[in-house]
Amino acid sequence: MMMHALRALIGIMSRECLRFVHQRERFISALVRPLLWLFIFAAGFRSTLGVAIIPPYETYVLYEVYITPGLLGMVQLFNGMQSSLSMVYDREMGSMKTLLVSPLPRSFLLTSKLLAGVLISVIQAIVFLLIAAAYGIEIPALGFLTVLPALILSGLMLGALGLLLSSFIKQLENFAGVMNFVIFPMFFLSSALYPLWRIKESNPTLALLAGYNPFTAAVELIRFALYGQFNLQAALITLFSLLFFLGMAIWGYNPSKGMMSRRS
Amino acid sequence: MSHRAILSIDKISYTYGPKKALDRVSFTVKEGQCAILLGPNGAGKSTLFSLITHLYDAPSGSITIDGQDIRLKPLKALKALGVVFQQSTLDLDLSVRQNLLYHAALHGIKRREAEHRIEEELTRFGMLERAQEKTRQLNGGHRRRVEIARALLHRPRLLLLDEPTVGLDVPSRKALVDHIHSLCRERQLAVLWATHLIDEIAPKDHLIILHQGQLKATGEVNDVLDQTGHETIEAAFAQLTGRQERAL
Repeated sequence: MMMHALRALIGIMSRECLRFVHQRERFISALVRPLLWLFIFAAGFRSTLGVAIIPPYETYVLYEVYITPGLLGMVQLFNGMQSSLSMVYDREMGSMKTLLVSPLPRSFLLTSKLLAGVLISVIQAIVFLLIAAAYGIEIPALGFLTVLPALILSGLMLGALGLLLSSFIKQLENFAGVMNFVIFPMFFLSSALYPLWRIKESNPTLALLAGYNPFTAAVELIRFALYGQFNLQAALITLFSLLFFLGMAIWGYNPSKGMMSRRS
Repeated sequence: MSHRAILSIDKISYTYGPKKALDRVSFTVKEGQCAILLGPNGAGKSTLFSLITHLYDAPSGSITIDGQDIRLKPLKALKALGVVFQQSTLDLDLSVRQNLLYHAALHGIKRREAEHRIEEELTRFGMLERAQEKTRQLNGGHRRRVEIARALLHRPRLLLLDEPTVGLDVPSRKALVDHIHSLCRERQLAVLWATHLIDEIAPKDHLIILHQGQLKATGEVNDVLDQTGHETIEAAFAQLTGRQERAL
C-alpha cells in the first residue's frame, strides 16, 4: 500500500510537471503579473509610500523591497487559484474522475494533487525571486534557502484554499466570481502592499480584518523567512488555515456529499 | 451457468432532491459476459455509473465488484474496475505513453511492469507505433482505443464503458464493438456497456433495459425477445420504454 501510494504520488507530480512544461504561457503570465507590480507599481509608489522600520527589517527599506514578499505570496495565491480552476475544468472534462476512481483513499489523492501544485508554485516563486534579485532587490543569500519552507507552507495553504473552492464551484463560468470575491479581497486586504500599521492609521476595522486574513499570515511568514527569521504567529495561522481548508476540501469531495452530483 | 458474478447490483436507489433517478435496481454481470445497459436519455445510466465508480454513494442497496462491497471496501472494489467515461479523459498535451504511465502510477504498477503492459495493450489495439504521439494528434477512434487500453492496464475484472462509441464513424465503431466482444471471450472480462445504439448488440449479449430509473428487463437477447413477444430488440425496447421505434 505504501509503495502504491508513493508511485501514485510520483505519477501525479510528474503529470503536473509535464503539464506545466507544456503550458509555457501559463508560466510566463504567472511571472509577468508580479513583475509588473515590481517594475511599475512599486517604482511609482516608491516616493509616496514611506515604510518605517518594522521587523524583520533593521533599516529603512525601499518600497520595492517591502512588497517583494507580498508578490511572492501573490504568485502562490494565483497559482492556488489556477490549479483550482484547472480542477473545475478537469471535473467538467472528466479527467478528475479518472483520478478519483483510482484505488487510493480520496484524501490521499487530493493531498497529492495539492502537493503537485505546490511544487509548481514554489518553482515559480523562486524564479520570480531570482529576477527580483537581478533587478536589484537585495536579498540575503541564505534567504533563498530559509524562504523555502515558508513558501512550501504558504503554497500548501493557498493551494488547499483553491482545492476547497474547486469542490464548491459548480461550473467553470462561476470562476470569475472567485477572482473578484477571493483573490482581490485577499490580496488587497493584507500586508502584501502596505504594512498593517499603515492601514490602521486610516481605518482600524480594515486593519483588524487584514490581521485575520490568512494571506497576511502567509506573506509575513515569507517576509520573515526571507531574512532568516521565523514568525511563529504567522506560521501557526498559516498551518491552521491549511488544515481547515484541506479538511473542508476533503469533506467537499466526499462521495456521500455528492459533490459530483451537484453538477446536474 | 458456472460463471461467477463480478458485478452485483442489489436494490439500488438514488434520488436528486424529489426526483428518483434509480428505483430499487438489481442485476448482475458475470465473468465473460458482455452486458449492454440500454436506456433512453435520463434513464439513470449515468447515475448508475457514478454509483458503481463510487463517485457518489448510494443511500440504499449495495454494489459489489469482484466480491468487494464498494461502500465497505472501496479501494479493493475499485482495483477490480476499469472505466471508460463518456467524455474523453485523456490529457491532450501528453503523449499516449505518458497518459498510460500516469494511469499505471495511480494503480501502483511498477515502472518496468507498466512499460511492458503498455506495449502489450497498445500492440493489441494496433497503436504501438503511435505511443510517442500527443493524444491531441489522434482521431476520435484512436483516442477511444487508448482509453480502453488504459482502462485495461491494471487488469480489471470488470470494464465499464459509458457510450464509448459516441462521435465515432461507422468503421471505428464496428472495430471497437468487435474488440470489446473479443475481450469478453478471451479474457473472461465482465463488461457493462451503456449505449443507446441497438446495432452494437450481439445476439449472445446480456441485455439490461433501464427506463425512468427502473429496471424493465434483463436477460440474454433471446430471453428478452421471448418475454416481450417481439422479434427485434427495437420493438422490445419500444414496448418496454413506451417509445416509438423511430425514436431510436
